[in-house]
Amino acid sequence: MPEHTFVVNGEKITVDVADDVRLLWVLRDVLGIKGPKYGCGINVCKACTSHINGKAFNPCAVPVSQVSESDEITTIEGLADTVPGDLHPMQEAWLEKDVAQCGYCQPGQIMAAVALVNKVHAEGREITDTDLDTIRNVCRCGTYARIRKAVKAGAARM
Amino acid sequence: MTSEPLHSVQPSARRGTTRRGFIGYLIAGTTLAVAVDLNLDAPAHAAVPSPPQIPEAYDLNDLLTDAARPTAQLVTVEIREDGHAYFEIPRAEVGQGITTSTAMILAEELDLPVRHVHVSLAPARPELIWNQLTGGSNTTVSTMTPVRVAAAIAKGALLQAAAIELGSVVTLLRSKNGVIEAPDGSSRTYGELSVKAASSTTVEVEADVKLKASSEFKVIGTPTKRVDAMDIVTGRKKFAMDYDVPGALPTMICRAPTLNGTPKAIRNKAEVEAMPGVTDVAMIDTGIAVRARTFGQCIDGIRALEVDWNAGSVDGEDDASVLANLRKAEIPLAVPKIPLLAKTIDMDFEFMFRSSAALEPNCAVADVRSDRAEIWAGLKIPIVTQGRIAEAVGLPQTKVKVNVVESGGSFGHKLFGDGAIEAAKASKAFGKPVRLMWHRADEPRQGRLRPMATSRIRATHLAGQVLTFEQRHTSVSTDWRHGFGEMLTATAVSLPPGLGNLGVSETIFTLSTELPYDFGVVTQLLNETDQRFNTSAMRNPYSADVRTANELVVDAIAKAMGKDPLDLRLEFLKDDRTRKVLKKVAELGNWGRSMPAGTAQGIAIHKEYKGATACLVEIDCRPETVNRKIRDAVTGPRVTKATLVVDAGLVVNPTGLKAQMMGGFSDGLAMTLTSSCHLEDGHFLEASWDNYFYTREWNIPPEFEVVVMPSDSEQPGGAGEAGVAVSCAAIACAYARATGKMPKRFPINHDDPIGFDVKEFVPPVPASPTNGLDYVY
Ligand code: FES
Ligand code: FES
Repeated sequence: MPEHTFVVNGEKITVDVADDVRLLWVLRDVLGIKGPKYGCGINVCKACTSHINGKAFNPCAVPVSQVSESDEITTIEGLADTVPGDLHPMQEAWLEKDVAQCGYCQPGQIMAAVALVNKVHAEGREITDTDLDTIRNVCRCGTYARIRKAVKAGAARM
Repeated sequence: MTSEPLHSVQPSARRGTTRRGFIGYLIAGTTLAVAVDLNLDAPAHAAVPSPPQIPEAYDLNDLLTDAARPTAQLVTVEIREDGHAYFEIPRAEVGQGITTSTAMILAEELDLPVRHVHVSLAPARPELIWNQLTGGSNTTVSTMTPVRVAAAIAKGALLQAAAIELGSVVTLLRSKNGVIEAPDGSSRTYGELSVKAASSTTVEVEADVKLKASSEFKVIGTPTKRVDAMDIVTGRKKFAMDYDVPGALPTMICRAPTLNGTPKAIRNKAEVEAMPGVTDVAMIDTGIAVRARTFGQCIDGIRALEVDWNAGSVDGEDDASVLANLRKAEIPLAVPKIPLLAKTIDMDFEFMFRSSAALEPNCAVADVRSDRAEIWAGLKIPIVTQGRIAEAVGLPQTKVKVNVVESGGSFGHKLFGDGAIEAAKASKAFGKPVRLMWHRADEPRQGRLRPMATSRIRATHLAGQVLTFEQRHTSVSTDWRHGFGEMLTATAVSLPPGLGNLGVSETIFTLSTELPYDFGVVTQLLNETDQRFNTSAMRNPYSADVRTANELVVDAIAKAMGKDPLDLRLEFLKDDRTRKVLKKVAELGNWGRSMPAGTAQGIAIHKEYKGATACLVEIDCRPETVNRKIRDAVTGPRVTKATLVVDAGLVVNPTGLKAQMMGGFSDGLAMTLTSSCHLEDGHFLEASWDNYFYTREWNIPPEFEVVVMPSDSEQPGGAGEAGVAVSCAAIACAYARATGKMPKRFPINHDDPIGFDVKEFVPPVPASPTNGLDYVY
């Protein structure tokens, strides 16, 4: 079987898996990194949202062969290590607003929120309601209103 | 009359600090463990007054609380050497926050910090019979007193041990934060005392327990964050598919192209078995199970399978034919005897199929061996699932261990053990452990639904009075076979008169349906027909639709009488509690403010789960809003502002209650405006979250507020479902007022052209995309 090497949460790893296996399954089923969740497998629900080189993406829609040796994948488990302190400010905001209900969507929500805020800040702006409307992540528990508050609170500290 | 049934006032609480004798058990062990009967405070019900409606005196919650009374069942609180308390609750955590609220109740009575209380989920315990059922927003209502008593007995034992240790007397000792202190300042921690207070044999104790009066509460009623929040935000919280059970490889099912179709034969088994990663392929009754190293390879296997299928349960049928069937089953409206001059309002509403699927699809880990089986799944009624699994794999029930794990949502979906039963069958077929998960496409297409229903209402009025209000609700059958049905039969003797002859659905309907207005002669009847669909009691069953229809008619009555919708409601509401939440919401939401054409406010109330809720929304139905474009999305009218006010009686955790109201609102938004499943040619078209349009961030009102009313009630109300019906109704009313048209069919966009490309039915799951890197941001 082909070998694939890349960086996950700061650690270089090599896996033996067929080229076309989507990265979500490499993370979950092969490497045992269970933070990214499955909610659709077709890049719709965004429950699997993680980062590639600091930007949000959905590993359910990326064959492992498209990830190269220098690519840095960050999952929810590795988010806190990308900043000083115990938690990322977005995680802190999530705690402060007590956003989660079942929690299944929340790793993806947080990873999406961090990337969205980074993007908006890179454009030299503050986050607006219109930006929040672009978040595609499904939360079937319906925590959307608190997500909006938490993203704003997290953004203020990023 | 008052809205509170007599029995709902707990004697201990009513009399404040009065002591009561309770039987408890000290359980043999090296550290302190106290058990109490889970039913210890279920009092006999007072006689039920007949007029005017049953739920006012005895509702679904009473039924659930009553259901377990005949059985003796122990739950145990332990204090371990770390000084922390441990409790296994025989209920399911599905996101509704019961692990947090139960930890708070224990912390309160034990004088421990909430973070030192650990609440986990009990596995299936067959001896609990109906007392291991999570539903009807009943968990806190039914478990609060036993949990408090067990904690109080445990604290009593700690105090006694401390008195000996510290050479003092119990009455002089003070407990705080897990430490007991004597007047001289000497102290012992609960951890130190847990061993001293332990019993070497299991003994019955008759404890003279003083439960805290609500005025002494420090934890109960204080906004508290979820106990699992840190695990969630760091990705550590474990769901069924995150459990590492040795050898349990990913498994998915290839399903029939039509609803409930069954497999006949696999044409290319060897070919699929030889695919990369695939380890096993086998036929089970619901489809072809494919086991592989990764779920992605299961998906590839499913897509490669060639299968001959038997017919489904509704081949060739569509929404229209199912609806025509319902129409035939409608119980006619009676022609009321009313004065000649009275005016009649006749209305007729239709509610389409809606999926109850959670974000975590149906899933379970199963390890079935020849002599035993073990299952891990999110289950609200695990005992029933345990029985069904035992039957399916041919083992005695005692040989099937069912571990209840935390669920990624339920909404009625996890009342049934669909995924767990399937996983057990697949594991047996393979002779290997499996981690079985449904594909998303399977959920709206083959999963459980809120049934399609019609609701006809006829109201008559004269001279400013409503004389009659009749409602005939007709629904595709709701499946109550997850245990509610059997439970009802078992509880039948204690049901109020008038319910004895009804079927299960009709009983639940009667116990949960209440029109809280003085509208003269009120009759609300249910008829169900058509058992060919997979249905469930989706969050707030019946009420969500029934109350939408009711409140739209209330608005119509107001219009016919020339009255303001708020004034009319205030005038006719029966009870003060509901009137108060309504007044509050009107004030906070600024009812009656002038709004531009094409936008409007809507207001509604609901009374259920021993509480009252009111909702006021503002909706924007102007073309520029309705037609706003978002990729692969339904936009439509936007609710721009929502205010909810809830009186849920004694509130354990206001933060959790508000969260549940918020979730209920999101559901109401979806069910009223955007989300439904379309049946066409024997199958449902929806196969993705971009087809089945549950509420998304772009549908959410930017202004959203929930207010919890202070309450002097000692009775906790239900939280999980209380926000749904009221939100549906308020949004529907606002839509009608903004557009000037009375909506007839829900969700209101159901008849729009299908807003997505329908995914193929063979194979039944879509290919995994490869272009994810094109969408990086
Ligand atoms: S699982 Fe990746 S987007 Fe849904
Ligand atoms: S918290 Fe349950 S799906 Fe979002």
